[in-house]
Amino acid sequence: MLSILLVGFVIASIAPLIVRALPRSSPWLLAAYPAFACAWLARQSGHVLSGIPLEETYRWAPQLGVAIALRLDGLSLLFALLIAIVGVAVYLHTGAYLAGDSGRPRFFAFLVAFTAAMFGVVLADDLLALYVAWELTSVTSYFLIGFRHNEEQARASALQALLVTSAGGLALLAGFVLLGRAGNASTISALSRDAVLASATLPAIVALVLTGAFTKSAQFPFHFWLPAAMAAPAPVSAYLHAATMVKAGVYLAARLTPVLGEAPGWTEVMTGVGPVTMLVGAVGALCQTHVKRLLAWSTIGALGMLVFLVGLGTPASIRAALAFLVAHSLYKGALFLVAGTVDHETGVSDVRQMRGLLRAMPLTSIALLLSALAMASLPPFEAFLAKELLYEAARDAGVMALAVAVATSAFFVAIAASAGVRPLFGTPPKAHEGPVGLWVGPLALGGLGLAAGVALGPLSALLSSAAGAVEPGGGGLHLAFWHGWTLPLLLSAATLAAGGVLFLVRGAFLEAAAKLSPAARFGPARAWSAGWTALRRLSVLQTRLLQSGYLRIYLLIVVTAAFAAIGGSLVGSLPEPGDAFAMFRAAATGAGWPEIVLMALLTAGTLGAIRFKSRLAAITSMGVVGYGVALLFVFFGAPDLAMTQFIIETLTVVLFVIAFYHLPRYATVSSRRARARDLALSIAAGTVMATLVIAAVHERSSPGIASYFLEQSLPAAHGRNVVNVILVDFRAADTLGEITVLAIAALGVYSLLQLRPARERADA
Amino acid sequence: MTSVILQTAARGLQPLLLLFSLFLLFRGHHEPGGGFSGGLVAGSAVTLHAIAFGAKAARRALPVEPRTLVGAGLVLALGTAVAPLLAGLPLLTGAWTTLAGIELGTPLLFDAGVYVVVLGASLTVVLTFMEE
Repeated sequence: MLSILLVGFVIASIAPLIVRALPRSSPWLLAAYPAFACAWLARQSGHVLSGIPLEETYRWAPQLGVAIALRLDGLSLLFALLIAIVGVAVYLHTGAYLAGDSGRPRFFAFLVAFTAAMFGVVLADDLLALYVAWELTSVTSYFLIGFRHNEEQARASALQALLVTSAGGLALLAGFVLLGRAGNASTISALSRDAVLASATLPAIVALVLTGAFTKSAQFPFHFWLPAAMAAPAPVSAYLHAATMVKAGVYLAARLTPVLGEAPGWTEVMTGVGPVTMLVGAVGALCQTHVKRLLAWSTIGALGMLVFLVGLGTPASIRAALAFLVAHSLYKGALFLVAGTVDHETGVSDVRQMRGLLRAMPLTSIALLLSALAMASLPPFEAFLAKELLYEAARDAGVMALAVAVATSAFFVAIAASAGVRPLFGTPPKAHEGPVGLWVGPLALGGLGLAAGVALGPLSALLSSAAGAVEPGGGGLHLAFWHGWTLPLLLSAATLAAGGVLFLVRGAFLEAAAKLSPAARFGPARAWSAGWTALRRLSVLQTRLLQSGYLRIYLLIVVTAAFAAIGGSLVGSLPEPGDAFAMFRAAATGAGWPEIVLMALLTAGTLGAIRFKSRLAAITSMGVVGYGVALLFVFFGAPDLAMTQFIIETLTVVLFVIAFYHLPRYATVSSRRARARDLALSIAAGTVMATLVIAAVHERSSPGIASYFLEQSLPAAHGRNVVNVILVDFRAADTLGEITVLAIAALGVYSLLQLRPARERADA
Repeated sequence: MTSVILQTAARGLQPLLLLFSLFLLFRGHHEPGGGFSGGLVAGSAVTLHAIAFGAKAARRALPVEPRTLVGAGLVLALGTAVAPLLAGLPLLTGAWTTLAGIELGTPLLFDAGVYVVVLGASLTVVLTFMEE
């Protein structure tokens, strides 16, 4: 299983080369990847469908319990097959759709990477691996949506999609971390359901996981990114935004139902948000004229249906959800691809203007007809079976749910008629059938929607296994077209009739939409963009405050923050005043004349640095302070430190002289108040530092490691100079870090000074 | 500003300083010294040259760019750290050998890397400042 993912990523990285080298045949070659995956999955299916999942674990960091755990059970098999099958169709379509586009190599790279990431989502058992794959799909989706990056609309939509799904992804990560801790496992299959349901963080887990799922699956109120994402090329819309990526949220909910299904709020939220989304999507779709937007809104409605069914959690509803999922992926994928084909060949994307396709593009029209009939859930398509199951499950959930389901389905019928059947007739445009790649995919998908309805045996087995993975009672599905004169059958007939009516009055919807569009300004999309604008304003404000460009402000902030934190923690741990006084007394004893003279020298140097009017004198005074500190090191027996300090001080004085050489005579820059403030701050910082050092020396809480170093220096490290041995042997890793920082600082100085525009430097 | 006294003194002091810096590097393991002080002394040798003769002359006198030194030093130090990994040992394991009665080991190479980085970094900063 891991090889499927890794091979996918490798192919993604070399895809541009393949596409550039073999422009005509590369789509077929690249389509071999999902095709092979499909074949491999089919081979595993016998194994998996009989109830034994395939598991692989690769240990990554055993001490932390991090491993890449992959698991193929019925649910994963179903999704993976969909990803693979739709993938083949999409790859072939892309080859023809983007033929001649210079960005095609790059597009395929992202497309293959997305496929591999999507496989990762459905095959991952480890929670963090799932999250990584989840975010990878968001990232690749960003690049795919923003493919036509010269267009402002494409960039904006891509960014919006990325931000919405990534914000959800962050919530998902938090939810996963909490879930893993609550369930005592890092893989989904090992989570302890009772432990999770009993944990205190359960509401947070449910909220976070559902947020992640809802953002990905475009549920209300996070649905607004999906119509905007239609700026992507048609194959992307088919693959990501109809068949696979948006279903990831549904997959996640289904995958976690065994663990979280009984959690308070899980069912309530999903069965609340789902129907709302269904209606929003369905009604919204009928108000659209652009075919891709129409399909996008109807996808939102379908996703709402899926979320509702998975949320219900009964065996019947799970079966219905999975059946509908298969049907929807197939027909919606085909519809999007056909929309792309029609746009590519005729340039028409308004459903009101699409006509005569049957005569102009017969093969594409057949695909269109097949998918439209599936969308309208007519027998003998698999979608009909799915709708029957839907009505059965909804009936058990109450009249409201059933009404919403019927209404949504009716809208779907109307949409199918308007986008899939009406365009077939009428006067044909001056266009003809496109190359093979454009029609073979949709035709296959549409045909599969029909074939799945006919080959009920394998389909039942697949759906049973998948449903059984979610809800133990869900297995044992026996699909059949005729169950007698049942309520669902009557409702299907009613749906068709209602759909027909809606189709006839669709003009009224368009008019109503036109009138109400100003009100749409107050929708969730508006709230989202307002939120981002506010965030940007906040960051500009705080940057202006904290990063003012004045060195003295930076120093002020750093010193205040550091010493406030240190001082605060010191105050907490200081002993009684009596003990403190004794501590200071103890620190001060043992000071002989050399130390006292040195202190006087240091103090004089400091005062000189502040008070001298000549810059050179001030810098020299600072040098005196530095040398005095080096002398201190000599007194206390640290010759290496002293040497280093001497030279550093010399270099610092040299640098200061160079830096200040060109500045004019002193002018007082700070006001009296500012100087008083700085004085107070310096005294406070110095006091805190001195107290810290004295307390640390006084407090010897743990036995020093100095004894270990002193003992081991010669035998283990062959050196008598313990300081140096510590630097280059015992703690060499720290030294490595230090010289890296030194290198970065030097490069920083270089870039800041050398890389200013030449004009600025000439003026300086 | 050209000062003849400084230039004459610099001419005499530079070779001494450079030799001293190498001396500090090699003696670091048993006596006070080491890569940091050695690199700094070498840096001050070049800084002295730059103050006495000008930054351009100092750059001309250097065989390589200071930034290259920074990179080379990091590579040397990192190489010494990572090489034991190839032999299956933990990071930064020291290897020692005795050559003609003198003990030589990889920590010396690491220290040399530190020396080169410190030299390069201090020169980058000083020379960039001086050319400003």
